[in-house]
Amino acid sequence: MLYREAGQFKTTYAADQQIFPIRQDRIAVIALLAVAFVGVPLFASEYWFSAILIPFLIFALAALGLNVLTGYAGQLSLGSAAFMAVGAYAAYNFQLRIEGIPIMLSFILAGLTAAGVGVLFGLPSLRIKGFYLAVATLAAQFFIVWCLTKFPWLSNNSSSGVISTQKLIVFGYELDRPVEKYLLVLSIVVLMAFAAKNMVRSSTGRAWMAVRDMDVAASVIGIRLMPTKLLAFAVSSFYCGVAGAMYAFCYLGSVEPDGFSLDMSFKILFMIIIGGVGSIMGSFLGAAFILLLPIFLDIALPYCADLFGLPFSSATVSHIQILVFGGLIMFFLIVEPHGLARLWQIAKEKLRLWPFPH
Amino acid sequence: MNFFLEVLIGGLLSGVMYALVALGFVMIYKASGVFNFAQGAMVYLAALSVVGCLEKGAPLWLAIILAFVIMTLFGIATEKFVLRKLVNQPPIALFMATIGLAFFIEGLAPMIFGSEPRALELGIVDEPIPWILDNWNMVISKFDLVAAGVAAVLVATLALFFQYTRVGRALRAVADDHQAALSIGIPLQHIWAIVWGVAGFVALVAGMMWGARNGVQFALTFTALKALPVLILGGFTSVPGAIVGGLIIGASEKLAEIYIPPVMQDLFGGNFGGIEGWFPYVLALLFLLVRPEGLFGERHIDRV
Repeated sequence: MLYREAGQFKTTYAADQQIFPIRQDRIAVIALLAVAFVGVPLFASEYWFSAILIPFLIFALAALGLNVLTGYAGQLSLGSAAFMAVGAYAAYNFQLRIEGIPIMLSFILAGLTAAGVGVLFGLPSLRIKGFYLAVATLAAQFFIVWCLTKFPWLSNNSSSGVISTQKLIVFGYELDRPVEKYLLVLSIVVLMAFAAKNMVRSSTGRAWMAVRDMDVAASVIGIRLMPTKLLAFAVSSFYCGVAGAMYAFCYLGSVEPDGFSLDMSFKILFMIIIGGVGSIMGSFLGAAFILLLPIFLDIALPYCADLFGLPFSSATVSHIQILVFGGLIMFFLIVEPHGLARLWQIAKEKLRLWPFPH
Repeated sequence: MNFFLEVLIGGLLSGVMYALVALGFVMIYKASGVFNFAQGAMVYLAALSVVGCLEKGAPLWLAIILAFVIMTLFGIATEKFVLRKLVNQPPIALFMATIGLAFFIEGLAPMIFGSEPRALELGIVDEPIPWILDNWNMVISKFDLVAAGVAAVLVATLALFFQYTRVGRALRAVADDHQAALSIGIPLQHIWAIVWGVAGFVALVAGMMWGARNGVQFALTFTALKALPVLILGGFTSVPGAIVGGLIIGASEKLAEIYIPPVMQDLFGGNFGGIEGWFPYVLALLFLLVRPEGLFGERHIDRV
């Protein structure tokens, strides 16, 4: 009843092409942003900021990056964590080695560095496809992490490559409380999410999707494969790089190369599978799901154990977590291969007709 | 020179171990087009079930048979409850489902059989062969030779099975063309169940070999990561490719580990060990740039 676009006439091309064509959507997005920027900082506790909200936003951004590459351009990558690592270490080094560089600039430079590395490892995608490419991106994963551990210059000669990030100073103001970091991360993520949303509905995004659906056909209709694929790698790595920089600067404060492991790459991949491959919103939903699930299981499992009188050791709990994780991945792929985003879309379709479904 | 040969032979023999895991991938990929990332986890499950049955007091032969039964049942269950429901999905979805399956096994197996690392005694000692040590002053492990022998027997058995049995012929038909196989009356779902059973058997052999070598522990799941570059080097669809790829990866990896770090140390200073972790991937990647379908893979022709 509330969600219906009847009576909303588009009289200009601009109105027809706008990012959220339905008024209710616009209101919902504005309301959501208002809650995120004003409501949440008023009410959330410190734990929520530093343990849930900040990592959620950061991983959502990384998932968004991978979604551009895998969901839109169709190039499966298993190395997203490595590109995050590049971002984190690049931001650290720019801060360290260039006197007085603003933190925002070093984030952007970190993203560009990651984009450069991404293009380098994206080059094989011009020759090889599918699973061969997925395995090839594993080369990036292992090689980059190894480099960060072994070249002491990259981590300013610290042992085993651990870096402690510098202070976050934005426009002369030091951000050290979780809520301030949250607002910084939120602003960056919102900006980049809108940028991505616009990118995928522009000609660039359409070219990506054409390449994803069938690259030979795409090249026949005049899409140049090389720039298109490499741009997807660059954009994706840029997003992952910025996410990595924020992961180091705003979330953990101190990171080591081994933290950006294959497991993390898989986690990001799962986020887009569960959230929805080829959907901007799906990246957020998936990130929320994957991050909240372990927390939920941590709380729920001991409770279940008490209920049934089963002795669960902490090892068993962690095994059950892995098991449920794997089970859910398979479940989602079977039941809804298009992820949570698709469920949301179905709900919207239903809502448009409600309460008279005919 | 002796040292070089020793490293080379050691590398080749460890390559055989990689090939054992890679074989399982090839089996499933050939027959059903699924890139089964869970093969490493299946190796872990197989090794754990052998050890678990041994701990319950079963003799070795019984434990192996029981483990084989478990692996077969597991394979059939996977086919029935996961992959059959995903028929007609894009290959990427199937691949991701097997990643989920890998996690599922990694959670389930230690819950049943316990997660602490254990040794698996097969009665083969991992010590140098004295005769070669005396005559050529090279350390060649007895165990590695046995593993190579087992791999050879396994490959020969599989080849015979594929070539000369009724089921094997059906398997090859399915691998060639699903629809054609279906139309001449080959029951596709039975075949897939058999393939998963065979893959479980290969995982069992690999799991016993790896488990006897390094102990039965969670790290066994990483054998899959070792097998992937072997696969892309040899091609996903070729059994000989898996063997040759395994040998190349094994040998080059060990040689690189010995000879590259000193060079880099001279150039940059510092410690550059651990090249093994990525060298096979980069090697395979460079190789792919020249031959995108691997050594023995089928050449793909795209039609619009």
